[in-house]
Amino acid sequence: MTSKSDRREFLRKSSKFLLLSGAASVAYASVAEGQPEKAPNYRMHDHWWGMVIDIDLCIGCGNCVRADKAENGVPLGPKYFRTWVERYHIPPGDLQHPEKEELPVVDSENGGFDGFKEKYKKGDGSKNFFVPKLCNQCSHSPCTQVCPVGATFESPDGVVLVDREYCLGCRYCIHACPYGCRYLHPETETADKCSLCYHRIVRGLTTACCEACPTGARRLVDLKDPNDPVHEFLKMHKVHVLKPQMATGAKVYYNALDGSVR
Amino acid sequence: MSSRFKDQEHLIRMGVLLLAGIIVFFVLRGVMVPRDFGEYGHYRGGALEDNRARPAVYAGRKACEECHEEVVAARKGGRHAAVGCEACHGPLAKHASDPAAAKPGRPDAKTICLVCHLENVARPAKFPQVNPLDHGEGKACSDCHKPHQPKIS
Ligand code: HEC
Ligand code: HEC
Ligand code: HEC
Ligand code: HEC
Repeated sequence: MTSKSDRREFLRKSSKFLLLSGAASVAYASVAEGQPEKAPNYRMHDHWWGMVIDIDLCIGCGNCVRADKAENGVPLGPKYFRTWVERYHIPPGDLQHPEKEELPVVDSENGGFDGFKEKYKKGDGSKNFFVPKLCNQCSHSPCTQVCPVGATFESPDGVVLVDREYCLGCRYCIHACPYGCRYLHPETETADKCSLCYHRIVRGLTTACCEACPTGARRLVDLKDPNDPVHEFLKMHKVHVLKPQMATGAKVYYNALDGSVR
Repeated sequence: MSSRFKDQEHLIRMGVLLLAGIIVFFVLRGVMVPRDFGEYGHYRGGALEDNRARPAVYAGRKACEECHEEVVAARKGGRHAAVGCEACHGPLAKHASDPAAAKPGRPDAKTICLVCHLENVARPAKFPQVNPLDHGEGKACSDCHKPHQPKIS
């Protein structure tokens, strides 16, 4: 008796649920379609973003690191960076025994946020330079491939982004990035990384780091725009990406990159 | 009831259970996976909009130049002309959208210059650098140089 009425009750409820959820999803779809485009002039498929970094122009002032933290709400402190600057110091070494290569000394106190105090002497035969680093916006990124839930992805315009609402905070992507460009945001407990200032570039602005860079050492480039000077630049300069052997399809091109840079 | 298979009833029960499981799976999937998942790839299409929603903190030099024509004129031809306003003045999008509400301070002309011009061997040799101990007689940089047109002619 009771079991029979229970079953009928169950069937009624579940069929209602099926019908209603179907109706709701149809309604939701029509609502979603009715929403106006937020950036109507921006068409993703017309762009393919990247960056060009000219080591010969970087003065290690740290403006990019500070600008990035201000623009994107990156926590202060030495563990959290979307972009940072490294200082390379390459001792003279023994040119007759190049196999006993001296290892470069790399330092990046607080990621260059406070600039770099003078540490080396002029004329000691060493080579010194700064290397700004950021997400390489890989087009075959290892970080997006390991994400178990699809919370990080390459956008149709070539930017690797994080879906903060979907991210579980499992840290797989942080381990997968060969360039160490990701960190776990301590407040949201989700992965965070350079978004190439996606909120700026869709509005026609350049990234915060490029805006603050005084020498033009870093430049946002649109590789799909035939009028972008990047095409001439890439033709006229000997450029390199970081860790090409990883076949990540990196789109941050370095000019005058020394072989010692990893 | 004639049954073709032994224990046919069990098979039917199992089949019904399996079918119910499949239906529940698809219903749950329909409810829990957002509609825009897979719109462009294996991710939520709305995440693009989420990433775009952030307000800009740096206004960009074009915005500054629209209002501060006197500074543009002052910088013209100098080697600071290519340096963005906010490289020295800091992020000022709030000021640019409403100048009266957010009045910016002035950068401290005693310290700001050395952020870029302090001597450092790792800086490119052709970049103009000074050692404040033997340049400027200990005075503030702005005593001799104008920040918007630094060349002393
Ligand atoms: C919409 C026009 C407008 C834009 C855009 C704008 N400003 Fe201003 N700015 C003003 C006005 C008006 C004042 C004077 C405010 C006052 O005196 O109360 C001012 C004042 C300033 C001052 C302070 C001047 C002083 O005497 O101390 C600085 C510095 C400044 N602006 C820098 C900038 C920078 C850098 C930008 C670009 C991010 C910018 N402004 C964008 C209109 C603008
Ligand atoms: C090299 C760094 C630097 C750059 C680049 C720079 N400024 Fe300044 N600016 C200063 C400093 C330093 C002062 C403060 C001068 C003082 O206290 O006498 C100043 C003062 C000002 C003032 C107020 C007083 C004045 O001299 O007119 C305005 C307005 C201003 N800047 C706007 C701009 C705008 C707009 C731009 C970009 C077109 C810009 N600045 C670029 C360093 C800079
Ligand atoms: C954000 C970085 C930055 C700041 C801050 C800065 N400068 Fe400069 N300065 C530059 C750049 C970039 C150049 C151009 C170098 C080049 O053309 O290769 C330059 C060039 C110069 C030159 C050479 C000008 C010439 O025509 O020979 C002088 C002098 C100078 N700056 C003085 C100053 C003074 C004084 C201040 C402080 C008010 C200052 N700078 C602040 C970036 C900066
Ligand atoms: C007593 C006046 C005086 C003071 C103060 C002063 N300078 Fe200079 N500076 C000069 C003169 C003169 C030159 C050479 C003329 C020129 O290049 O404009 C010069 C040149 C420079 C140059 C260009 C050097 C090069 O190699 O082309 C820079 C950069 C510079 N000064 C930065 C600064 C900074 C930063 C300060 C503050 C710590 C400062 N100056 C303070 C007078 C001064």
